[in-house]
Parts: sequence; C-alpha cells; structure tokens
Amino acid sequence: MQYMLLICGGPEAAEHAEDGCGGWSEEMAERGVLRGGAGLRPPHEATTVRVRSDEVLLSDGPFAESREQVGGFCLIECGDLDEAVEIASKHPAATYGSIEVRPIWQP
Amino acid sequence: MTDVHTALVRAFRDEWGQVVATLIRLTGDWDLAEECAQDAFTQAVDSWARDGVPRRPGAWLTTTARNRALDRLRRDAVGAAKLREVAAMPVPEPEPDDSGVPDDRLRLMFTCCHPALSLDAQVALTLRTLAGLTPAEIGRALLVAEPALKKRLVRAKQKIRHAGIPYRVPPAHLLPERTPAVLAVLYLLFTEGYSATAGADLLRRELSAEAIRLARVLHRLMPDEPEATGLLALLLLQDARRDARVDEHGDLVLLADQDRSRWDRTEIAEGVALLDGALRRGAPGPYQVQAAIAACHGTAARAEDTDWPQIAALYGRLAEMTRSPVVAVNRAVAVGMAAGPEAGLRILSDVDLPGYHLLPATRADLLRRLGRHDEAARAYREALELVTAEAERRFLSRRLAEVEAGPGGQPAAGRSRPT
Repeated sequence: MQYMLLICGGPEAAEHAEDGCGGWSEEMAERGVLRGGAGLRPPHEATTVRVRSDEVLLSDGPFAESREQVGGFCLIECGDLDEAVEIASKHPAATYGSIEVRPIWQP
Repeated sequence: MTDVHTALVRAFRDEWGQVVATLIRLTGDWDLAEECAQDAFTQAVDSWARDGVPRRPGAWLTTTARNRALDRLRRDAVGAAKLREVAAMPVPEPEPDDSGVPDDRLRLMFTCCHPALSLDAQVALTLRTLAGLTPAEIGRALLVAEPALKKRLVRAKQKIRHAGIPYRVPPAHLLPERTPAVLAVLYLLFTEGYSATAGADLLRRELSAEAIRLARVLHRLMPDEPEATGLLALLLLQDARRDARVDEHGDLVLLADQDRSRWDRTEIAEGVALLDGALRRGAPGPYQVQAAIAACHGTAARAEDTDWPQIAALYGRLAEMTRSPVVAVNRAVAVGMAAGPEAGLRILSDVDLPGYHLLPATRADLLRRLGRHDEAARAYREALELVTAEAERRFLSRRLAEVEAGPGGQPAAGRSRPT
C-alpha cells in the first residue's frame, strides 16, 4: 500500500529547518519503502488555488487555518497501516510536530 | 422446535463472533463476512428443524457461511485468484480447545480496537462484528440515532479497508499500547449494560453478558496479561451485585442497603480468585485495582464490615494511576467513610468536573452527614439540575426533601434510606 506522510509542524518548526532527518531517509531508502518526498518552503509563501464558477480564486497562505502546517511530504510504500505508522513515528518531525498518514487513493 | 430455537439462540451468542472473524480472515471483506454469517444463521433455522441440531453447531455455521461466501464470490465474478484463495483455505476446526493460541476472534477484537479508529467507532464495530448486535440495537444502547450509527460503521469499515488497517493481533511490542483500548471497549460495553437505568432493559443486560463473555475469551487468549484478568475479575465482581442494585420500583438501592443474600456468590468467588492470580504477577494496573475495590465490597458480610481504609487506600492508588477526576470523586466517598466526611470534602475541593452530577451529589451527602443542611440542600439542587437517569433523580429528590425538613424534621418523601 502507498501512503503519503504529511510532515506538519507548529510555529517552532522553523528552528528545525536545518536539522535534516537524522538518518531516517537513509534507513527508509535502505528498507526500500521510500518512493519520494521533499521539504516545503514555509506556509506564508503558500498560495491556495480554488476554482468556483469557472473563476480562478487565489488566496494567500495555506488551505487550512491551523497552527500546524504541512512542511514536507514523503511517499512511502509498505505492507499496512501499522508499518506506515512505525515508519512515520521514526521521523524526527514527529517529536516536535505531527505527521499525518494518508493512504493514497487506489482504483 | 423449542430445542432448535434454544440451540440457535445459544449458537448465536457463542458462535457469531467466531463465524464472522473466520470469514473476515478468509475473504478480507467485512461486509461480505457479516452477510454470509447472517445467511448461515438463517439457513440454520430450516436445516436444524429438519435434520436436527448438528453435533458441532459452530463448525456447521462456519462451513455454511464459507460456502455461501464462495457462491457469492463466484456469482460476483470477482478475481479468480481471490476465489481460488478462499476455496483453498481450510476452515479451521473451531474446537473449543482453550489452548491460548491467538484466534480469529482475538484478531477481530484487536482490529476493531485499532488506535487509528475513533473510540466511538471501536465500540460500535466491536458490538456489530463480535457481539452481532444490529445497528438499531447498538444505536439504542449508545444513544445514537440509527442512521448516524450506520454511517459510523460504514466509515470505520472503509477506513479499515482503505487505510490498510491489518487484521491481526499486533506484534508483542505493540500489545501493551493496544491492549488498553481493547480492555476499555469491553469495560464500556459492560457499563453500558450495567448503568442503573430504571427497570430491567433486556438489551442492556445482554450487553453486560456479552462483555463478560468477550473478557473471558480475551483472558483465555492472553493468560499472561494481568490487566485482562483484572478486567474479567472486575466485571464478575460488579455483575454479582446486579440483582440487588434496584428495588421492585426500579429505584436505585445504595450499596449499604443492598440485600447481600441476592449477590451472586459464585461470581464473587470466581472474581476474587482471578484477581488473586493476577495480583500475584506483581503488575497492578487500573483494572486490577478497581477489581480489588469491588472485592472489598463483595466480601464484606455486612455493610458495616466494609474495609473502608483499605478501599480509600486503593482509590488513592487508582487516582495516581489514572489522574481521573471521576476517580477523585469516588476516593472522596471512600475517604469520607474511612476518615470522616470532612476529610472527604477536602478531597472534593480540588476536583473540577463541570456537568458531572455525582460531584455535587457526593458533596451534598458529605455535608448532610456533617449536619450542614443548608449547604447540603444547595448541593442536592445543583446535582438535580445535572442528573439524567430517572431512578437517580428520585433518590436525590428524596434526599433534598430530607435535608430541607432540617434536623429532627420528618422527611417529606416516604421512604428514607439510612446510609
């Protein structure tokens, strides 16, 4: 199964921007579960796109007005949710922010 | 015919969860599993009346349900691979061998109680798949409208499928974090059936009985988990008092006033024996401590023999473990009995639990015992604004009338209760 890990952090996430992954990427690459991913520029640089009645509406900032915002993502492929949770729980961002595990839509 | 009926009722109670669990393992499809189990029970009505009750009803039902699933898969022309897989998988002999080997039902229990599901969904799913209650019955039990309950079940099953929640007993290192959810759901199931609503609602009694049965399964399958044993002991010890808890008018009877000859001695003895075994493992948890409290009550020959200092100490331990304000209220009651109402009031002064009627009700009782009738009356009125169960409302109203009548006054309501 494929899962997207949405790496979310609060206001203090910026302090961890240069931390790196503490070997997480290397371990997961070796396990062969990593399919891709990247870190993201901060939420205030985000632009949200909506189309309503054929009109393109742009707004400044992220979609969700919450304290924690998506700061990066990883695509993984593994056996089941328990394994995905295990992988997510090893990510250092889980210790100061949170990680949303979202199954990928499958036909 | 009545024999067949009795056999069917018993088979439903004992085998439903096992049949569904096996079918889920074979097909991986929760809805199909439930439908086929239902079909098998329907078929049993005719078959058993005609041919007699099979020697092993569980095996008969599982085989019938499996064949039904094969038919359905064939007809729906799903992937041939899936069909071959199901056809090739042997149906395990559901021998009641009590070997402690994790079985399909345990797997199902852990899947229903996966922490990725909300607690609401966990309870609903456990009741549906393991206890075989209909959505209407579950809705009534949990006070949720049937359509909302159905939606909850559909969502939970979708999440299991789409998020890849595995159908298995978690590996050993995850057991400690998962077991509390399973235990919590079983305890919720029990209290749902035990909560003192007026009159004997049969469905709710069924819930308690089902919780005890599932706790037995869990205890048998996890004999090394002292909290699983503790939970079973707790359920038995509480269940033992069931018949004495309400009087012929459906009114609540306080522990002190209960007719102890109506307590179920067999259940108490079993509960105490289980608890002793669990405590010997030296890993007390909240369920073992609660069972120990229930055992103190259950083994006191008369109310005045109750070992309140011991109970107060156990509540102290429980309060440390759970940090629950509800436990703090119960502790205040016990300390009030062991060391006097003032000591109980001191504990209550630190408790903040808005909307919980037992907080002002407990304060009212302690104040009443100190003769502070005006303050007690205020607290009783506060409790009456919050209480929902009718039997409890009547009890609190009687007490309010007593303290309003003042010292030496006649209680306004006819039947007062000495504490």
